[in-house]
Amino acid sequence: MQCKRFIIDDPERMLFKVSRSVFTRPELLDKENEIIFNKCWIYVGHESEVSKKGDFVTRNVAGRPIIFNRDSGGQVNAFFNTCSHRGAIVCREREGNCKTFRCFYHAWTFSNKGDNIAIPGEDSYPPGWDKSHMGLHNVPRLESYRGFYFLNFDKHAISLDEYLAGAKEYLDLIADQSEIDEMEIIQGTQEYDMKANWKLLVENSFDDYHVVPTHITYLDYLKDSGVEIALPKGLLMPAHGIGKPLGNGHAVIDNKTYRGRPIARWMPIYGEDAKPVIEEKRKELVQRLGEEKGMRIAETNRNLVIFPNLVINDGSSITVRTFFPVSHNQMKVTAWALGPKEEGPVARRVRLDSYLTFYGPGGFATPDDVEALEVAQQGYETYQEVEWSDISRGLHKEEQLNTDEIHLRTFWRRWNELMTGETTLGTN
Amino acid sequence: MSERTTTQDFERSDVEDFLYHEAYLLDEWRLDEWGELLTEDAWYLVPPNDVPKGNPENTLFHVADNIDRIRSRIKRLKSRHAHAENPHSRTRRLITNVRITARDSEMISASANFIVMRYRRNEQIRQYVGVYEYKFAVEDGQLKIAERKAILDAEELGQLGSISILL
Repeated sequence: MQCKRFIIDDPERMLFKVSRSVFTRPELLDKENEIIFNKCWIYVGHESEVSKKGDFVTRNVAGRPIIFNRDSGGQVNAFFNTCSHRGAIVCREREGNCKTFRCFYHAWTFSNKGDNIAIPGEDSYPPGWDKSHMGLHNVPRLESYRGFYFLNFDKHAISLDEYLAGAKEYLDLIADQSEIDEMEIIQGTQEYDMKANWKLLVENSFDDYHVVPTHITYLDYLKDSGVEIALPKGLLMPAHGIGKPLGNGHAVIDNKTYRGRPIARWMPIYGEDAKPVIEEKRKELVQRLGEEKGMRIAETNRNLVIFPNLVINDGSSITVRTFFPVSHNQMKVTAWALGPKEEGPVARRVRLDSYLTFYGPGGFATPDDVEALEVAQQGYETYQEVEWSDISRGLHKEEQLNTDEIHLRTFWRRWNELMTGETTLGTN
Repeated sequence: MSERTTTQDFERSDVEDFLYHEAYLLDEWRLDEWGELLTEDAWYLVPPNDVPKGNPENTLFHVADNIDRIRSRIKRLKSRHAHAENPHSRTRRLITNVRITARDSEMISASANFIVMRYRRNEQIRQYVGVYEYKFAVEDGQLKIAERKAILDAEELGQLGSISILL
């Protein structure tokens, strides 16, 4: 493959540019699959989705059909959802609870631990033929951090713990919201495609620079609902937010919010009945975690990207969002809401309501993000003539605001490093 | 026409006429007039594709608007800053199989199948297929929408993408 540079990362000239070919050249996707999706830790599911013995969900992870389950012994597994005999998907349900998976094609049956337990007409197989090798295949690696399960198709990968690096602090800020240390995925899945390259959603997920122009109708909705949106003069967004690399391509924006947080910062839109519940939670956080951490959870929004494709936005609500390329110009997005398991009905209602006002295909914001990414994708068809996108915002400054682009540069530096083997000089 | 005051005074054909008129208003983007078809405590709901019978209090929906947010949604959609609908989609709704499914002194429940075809700029056609479930109240001799739920048949939105229109 003729490989011109993908990025220009030049601290001397204060430039950071990304070649638009990374969004438009179909052949790059093969390499991304090989180098990124086959080698990095990829989010598969949350432990709450398989909380009881026998629980399973099926999903597609980086093109592979996967069964994510808790077996009868209580262990969490991720199996390739394919019959060891002739390949058919053995579990066709979206979710459920079962002791066995039975392939309907030739009726081979597997325990929920993956063992092969029944083969019709087994005596017709040759002598020495070994049924014990005919179980469901586990994914090469499956590891978890505070309830978030990731898999890796590369059995030689570094541990998840090492991979997550600085992102763990931010996962802790999410997981610590539950006083019983049990966060849960709430039922109801948002699944939708975007006709855009998957990397555009990485950028968008923690790009705070676009919030005002793209989401003005959402901000109007907040204003109409009695939220005071005080934007300091000369800045697009509050100045007290930062952008921060977290290692291994992960990055975050972390900012003090000017609006409510359904966990512990009430705003009028949530309704009067939610006020005491949210204030109580605020006290609980401070009591349990201390003033500093408790108020950090109550008062700050955080958009976290775990390289390459897990986004956790802890803002209007907590989203867990993952997305995979379908082709170079289309992706499939799946998003869930996460909340403390012990949360009462009022707090839960507020959480869900707050989520869907902003996020998701029917929200007041996400459809405009989709539009932005789809028109960017269309614009990139000019990449041979208009080659570079500029991502130098804030490059000269020591302190990186959430509206700067250090977090985007972090992703691109890591992506480029994996794709080309080249480590670039820039650090800011 | 004689004064109609109770739910008993309305027949299936009245519901059908109402739905055709509603579809006309939505397809013509006469959203303020559409808003006038609603009661003061109306709900507009689009459940998630995987939990079509869910309850928005404990299930993540695509849309769960009370009347205040319906009005905000109308305001948003009329704004040129609703980028996903600027320019507006052209839509055409086909409404069929209209049935009254239940009736008591307060409410008429009705269902209808729909196809909403959406065209916009250079996009492919998107066809949203499903069933509407309505609850109608009677106010001032007129049917008014107290609840309007659009349940999509698609198991996931997939290539339907966003639901940026009033479905």
